[in-house]
Amino acid sequence: MPPEKDEKAVHARRFDFFGLFFNALLPLAGMLLALLIGAIMLLILKVNPLTAYAQMINGAFGSVSGLTQTLVKATPLLLVGLGICIAFRASVINIGGEGQIIVGALAATWFPLTFRTWPGWLLIPSTLLVGFMAGAIWGFVPGILKARLRVNEILTTVMMNAVALQLMNLLVRSVLMDPAGISAGTYLAQSERLPEQAWLMRLVPKTLLNTGSLIAVALAIVVYIFLWRTTIGYRIRAVGFNAEAARFSGINVPFNQALSLTLAGGFAGIAGAIEVMGVQHRLLEGITSGYGFSGIVAALFGGLHPLGTIPASILFGALLVGGDKMQRAVQVPNSLIDAILGLVVLFVVGSALWSRRWAAHRQMAAAKNQEEQA
Amino acid sequence: MFKRLIVVMVLLALLVTACAKPTPTAAPMTEVPATEAVVTEAPTEAPTAEPAKTFRVAVVMPSAVTDMAFSQSMYNALLAVQAEMGGEAAMEIKYSEGMFKVPDAAAAVRDYASQGFDVVIAHGSQYGSSVQEIAPDFPDVTFAWGTDVNTFGMPNVYAYTAAAEEGGYINGVLAAMLTKSKIIGVTGPVEVGDAKTYIDGFTQGVAAIDPTITVSKTWTGSFSDVALMTEAAKTHIAAGADILTGSSQSVVGSIGAAKDTGKVLWFGTQQDQASLAPELVVASQVYDWIGMVKEIIAQHLAGTLGGKTYILQLKNDGLKIAFNPLYALPADVLAAGQKAIEDIKTGKITVTP
Amino acid sequence: MNDVFQLSVIAGILTSAIRLATPYLYAAIGETFSQRSGVLNLGVDGIMLLSAYASFYVVLNTSSIWLGLLAAIVVGLLMGLLMSFVSVTLKAEQGISGIGLYMFGLGLSSLLFKITIGTVKTVTGFQPVKIPLLGNIPVIGEIFFNHSLLVYGAFLLVPVAWWILEKTTWGLRIKSVGQNPAAADSLGVNVDRVRYVSVCIGAMLAGIAGASLSISLLNLFQDNLTAGQGFIAVALVYFGGWKPVGILWGALLFSTVNAFQLWMQVLGVNIPSDVAIMLPYLLTIAALAVTINRVRQPAALNKPFERGES
Repeated sequence: MPPEKDEKAVHARRFDFFGLFFNALLPLAGMLLALLIGAIMLLILKVNPLTAYAQMINGAFGSVSGLTQTLVKATPLLLVGLGICIAFRASVINIGGEGQIIVGALAATWFPLTFRTWPGWLLIPSTLLVGFMAGAIWGFVPGILKARLRVNEILTTVMMNAVALQLMNLLVRSVLMDPAGISAGTYLAQSERLPEQAWLMRLVPKTLLNTGSLIAVALAIVVYIFLWRTTIGYRIRAVGFNAEAARFSGINVPFNQALSLTLAGGFAGIAGAIEVMGVQHRLLEGITSGYGFSGIVAALFGGLHPLGTIPASILFGALLVGGDKMQRAVQVPNSLIDAILGLVVLFVVGSALWSRRWAAHRQMAAAKNQEEQA
Repeated sequence: MFKRLIVVMVLLALLVTACAKPTPTAAPMTEVPATEAVVTEAPTEAPTAEPAKTFRVAVVMPSAVTDMAFSQSMYNALLAVQAEMGGEAAMEIKYSEGMFKVPDAAAAVRDYASQGFDVVIAHGSQYGSSVQEIAPDFPDVTFAWGTDVNTFGMPNVYAYTAAAEEGGYINGVLAAMLTKSKIIGVTGPVEVGDAKTYIDGFTQGVAAIDPTITVSKTWTGSFSDVALMTEAAKTHIAAGADILTGSSQSVVGSIGAAKDTGKVLWFGTQQDQASLAPELVVASQVYDWIGMVKEIIAQHLAGTLGGKTYILQLKNDGLKIAFNPLYALPADVLAAGQKAIEDIKTGKITVTP
Repeated sequence: MNDVFQLSVIAGILTSAIRLATPYLYAAIGETFSQRSGVLNLGVDGIMLLSAYASFYVVLNTSSIWLGLLAAIVVGLLMGLLMSFVSVTLKAEQGISGIGLYMFGLGLSSLLFKITIGTVKTVTGFQPVKIPLLGNIPVIGEIFFNHSLLVYGAFLLVPVAWWILEKTTWGLRIKSVGQNPAAADSLGVNVDRVRYVSVCIGAMLAGIAGASLSISLLNLFQDNLTAGQGFIAVALVYFGGWKPVGILWGALLFSTVNAFQLWMQVLGVNIPSDVAIMLPYLLTIAALAVTINRVRQPAALNKPFERGES
């Protein structure tokens, strides 16, 4: 998937108002079409679609609680999405997000519980770093297998996901199990609560919004700088754009591919760490809840651009949170939301065709202009 | 590219502000002419001056409401209580299922509380920290949380759990007496929570009757992977087991495997699973939340909003052994089972998880 | 550990392995058709789920297993058409449209199950059929020749798929479209049509995979019945080097190790269950690392084709 070809062209020519409007409108049109089909399904279930969708928007944005929920959900989506941006730009597909989040969360649980006397200013950054490294290792393994042995990364990342899940099961029910649960005889599948110095500060009282979201946004800027303002970033993008040409200009293609997969894993690992440190304050089952896959969708909605992934993850988070609220309010089964979300993804991604056609059209028109002026 | 997304955000903002904030959708309190509330109002001939309000209960569950196991057991209990109270007019039930992700469940719990529900049940052991954070904000709402024993010392929080090991023990006793091959298979999901405690109790029950019986355990590593659970059951059967048991929503697979053989027997937990294999399910430990729910409602109406831990046990009828009427249990086996139940109730036998 | 090497145990493991491999074979070989023509379809799991539900519902209400199988194929076809439309005609990002398809299939199957059936039930699906003569061979007969028709079908699919891909014109077209669509296009092959057909074949086979679960192996339907098997099937395509025979080995390896770890648990071998469950996945990675994979993926895989673009 080559990144947006028209990028440079956009900057080169005059401000293309209609094109912008068109580009932004199309994904929205796709989304609305999916919601329309969802409305039909709602009608079949004897629910008023207008009420239902109003509840959805209300749930996502209409209250402090809802808005913070949306942002809390958007955070891991953004972080995984950032990793995906890096990987996809090198033409590497990372489906290993789930496993990388898990090991990041595992590391970010084990570390503070082991070094629980460390002060917060030391514990928090080091835990985040440990989480990053754990995820990076989980991305490195498929990366090196791809680089050295040409093993396809789709295969290895899917397998690593399953391994990570079992690893978490193993640890959570033995070494990491909450001692309180053992003594009470409940044996819950969760770890002990993290020491308070490892907790990420809550931004809004009585909500789950925490500084992890700010960290995520800061990292988005870092990734942007990395990809567009450093040599390494340039090389990664070159590899993705045209691997043959990159090789000719002396860039080590396999190394950069492995690197991108490692970095992608690292960012997913941070997502896991922040979930544990900022939201749950402990490790428990279901901590990934599909973010490994939804993050891919968020990255693509954001045009594979780190800064674009920010609004894209907020939007996706809103859909998820709003969907839950809709489920509660009109008592439709949860699965309806999943089905509608699937349609949203299909249609939004399908609508990109016309964006590209329009962009190509503009590109040709601009080239023709230049010719005529010459 | 970047500018494109600014436009998206602007449009989104327009969309949001364009929708006038909808009126609160909390179901309006239905005024009902005096019907029997759970507590004291004696039904009178004519509607009295004070109509009773609909009692509103919300429940948040981690899996599907049709999971034939944990979530369904609570939902069924609520439906039963609702029927006893007089139907939907007397008691409103709203549920959120599939809330496996804790932040989602937290949002649901908070939402229900702020909509004025009387009792909000957080039916999942992972919801503890959420309840701990939310309960203080809504002092008029009763929060019931399970399975765990911790009420955090808060006046409006109840905790509940099931001593699954007790029913496990009984099932073990029965199974030990019925097995001919002396091999019993256990298909478990992950060795945590009440899956673990049930199986611990089961193993002790078997050992109490005949320590030479082999109890063979497999864990699939997932609560939902039915295919693997089925294969695990088939493996046990191929290895000679003539009785199976296990826990979680994925045991429907094991029951199916037993059914295929036509002769392997099944012992269930959390829910009466006889309907899945009417001739082969011997008994199921049933989590009967009904008594607990009724007591919580009564307490709430009387002004006590929490502060107690409920443990479902055989002796308080929270746990029941549902014998399948379609399976002909020999009299001596039944007697042994009944005796074991009595012994646990009186404390003569203690089962430790 | 000595028990493990008893004949009956080995026989048990192999029988389990053959059963477990069935859905993977259907889904992975189906995906091979799709990928050989250049389309990556990550929505296989969603197709399996929706087809599993459809076939289960039909069997529940009509008791006809063949109608149920037909329902699964029809649903697979419809999902395949949707995927082709979005990925081939609309030229969308294939990885993402696949995930969208997965979410849609997962959601719709659960929704329909909730509304139309409501609670878990069992049906009588395809029953094991003993092949005369061969089925009577001691030990071997039990392992290989006493399975349901859908299981036999999965294994028969391997040579059939090989033959189609290697020995027919159609197979040649599929491969050429996947390797060099521009060249194929210039030779008059309708690239889009070939891709549509391949994706739909893949989807129909994924449909049969779903049916093999709900009306043959498990004989029930529940939310998320497949629990991610579709994604493993996609991974197996890579493992098998886009060749039916390779996929057969991959599916068998994976399923055998899976069956093995189950038996280990049953026999009480003292390994933590979680480690045992990891084994199939770890071994698959190891196997891949060890066998140097010289096969390259179809050159045009995951690249939408537009005439005039290179």
